[in-house]
Amino acid sequence: MPRNDLKSLWDAISAGKLSSRFVAGHHATVALSDLAAASCLLGGSEQLRDRSVLIATKDQVTAALALIELDGIARRLILYPHDLPIEHIRFIVASARVDAIVSDRMSPEDSGAVGTLISCGFPVQPAQCDRTPGCATEWVLLTSGTTGRPKMVAHTLSSLAGAIDVSAPQAHPVVWSTFYDIRRYGGLQIFLRAMLSGGSLVLPGAAEPAADFLIRAAALGVTHISGTPSHWRRALMSQSAQQIDPQYVRLSGEIVDQPILDHLRSFYPRAKIVHAFASTEAGVAFDVRDGLAGFPASVLERTGDSVEMKIEEGSLRIRSPRTSAGYIGHQSGGLTDPDGFIDTGDMLERRGDRYYFVGRRDGIINVGGLKVHPEEVESVINRHPEVRMSLVRARRSPLTGALVVADVVPKTAPERLSDLEAEILRLCREGLAQHKVPVAIRFVSNLQVAETGKLVRQPCVMSS
Amino acid sequence: MSIRSEVITQFEQVAREQDRSLAPLADRLELLDSGLDSLCLAIIVARLEDSLGIDPFTTAQDAVFPVTVGEFIGFYENAAK
Repeated sequence: MPRNDLKSLWDAISAGKLSSRFVAGHHATVALSDLAAASCLLGGSEQLRDRSVLIATKDQVTAALALIELDGIARRLILYPHDLPIEHIRFIVASARVDAIVSDRMSPEDSGAVGTLISCGFPVQPAQCDRTPGCATEWVLLTSGTTGRPKMVAHTLSSLAGAIDVSAPQAHPVVWSTFYDIRRYGGLQIFLRAMLSGGSLVLPGAAEPAADFLIRAAALGVTHISGTPSHWRRALMSQSAQQIDPQYVRLSGEIVDQPILDHLRSFYPRAKIVHAFASTEAGVAFDVRDGLAGFPASVLERTGDSVEMKIEEGSLRIRSPRTSAGYIGHQSGGLTDPDGFIDTGDMLERRGDRYYFVGRRDGIINVGGLKVHPEEVESVINRHPEVRMSLVRARRSPLTGALVVADVVPKTAPERLSDLEAEILRLCREGLAQHKVPVAIRFVSNLQVAETGKLVRQPCVMSS
Repeated sequence: MSIRSEVITQFEQVAREQDRSLAPLADRLELLDSGLDSLCLAIIVARLEDSLGIDPFTTAQDAVFPVTVGEFIGFYENAAK
């Protein structure tokens, strides 16, 4: 059920014990108890009451504190990831009727037509803050749109927190961490989990190397940590991955294949390995705790749950109180069908008593009229123990429109590569239809992972 | 290596990879009777683009697409001139 009991984020945080809880970033650590009589907003939060506020900070911790301080105060909070090009700000200001900006990096000139620019940063300053909630703040997340302009997805604290179970008190202090940016849905979930369930949070810095972040997270006693499969594949390449000893490892945001689950289980034998399905628009749908890729078909037939799911035309559709209230601005189409279901665009295939995600509808490679989901081919390639990660993409073909090619990051020595290529192709021929087998394999030293934590996929590559 | 021998090498290699039985290659053999399907031919065209640096299927403006093995080889030989 929606968390209608949540008056505001600060209200929920301050209702519990504050001592020994913290939010730690690359450059600063803030004790939550300090926030009771202090603010990161220079000039205080009172002038932001009932305003539409864009939070555009470079530092994640500053954004976290601004969210804690302004939920229930501002009418609308728009979360601007630091890597999003600054030129989108004008469009967002106009579309979301922004009348105040909170930032640690902007000058009054940058804020253009917006009258109020509030600086924020560290250390927090003593302040008498009236955080009595005045409204149910609308939270707005930005996702990549098809036109190049971000889409603005509206939520409430209740829809965002719908999947967070706060009924079971934790025996030991929980320290959450995430490779995600908290301005994105996957990271925001972890931020809210930490804040609403009595925990602390360790966040990576904007330019902090993954190895340094893992060492810092270990020193702060991280117990729960989340990221995309690409985040995890990259983290496990670092010696520092052995520094942390989590009880709980969570994956989401991309298709989770069996090798990454197995790899994490052998790397962190003490940890519960959980993967979840969620999207910015549809919210958290479910998580899978049995250590296996895909999910049991029975998940779709579950009754009595607030999340309803069905498959139509091959894709997962979701109706739940955790879904977004809609897009802001006029540039985007409707979010749901007439029955209130959101089409996630994530394609499923049933094998035995489980469903498996096979890819995105819009990522399909068309080989002479036959469809190929890149992720399905990647999952076969990734089964090879000497493969770190892979990216399957289209190569233009004058005869079939497209062919399948693969970029592979090997773990193996250079002299093994030609054997490895033959072994990968044999795996693919055994496990895939003929048109899905890559016609070329290129070994690369790394693959580009976007700020979202997902592999960067080009819509169509015109040459090999 | 001549264009002819490179094309024939690719026909044989792709047939082997794709587990196809390749008919004896003669200039008058129609491509459709060679034992290779359109996916095999697409792979051959991609491999030849990599090895020879040309793709006459994309660059040829008004040429008639080849029907026989001999025309296929000639198609590449003309494009390379």
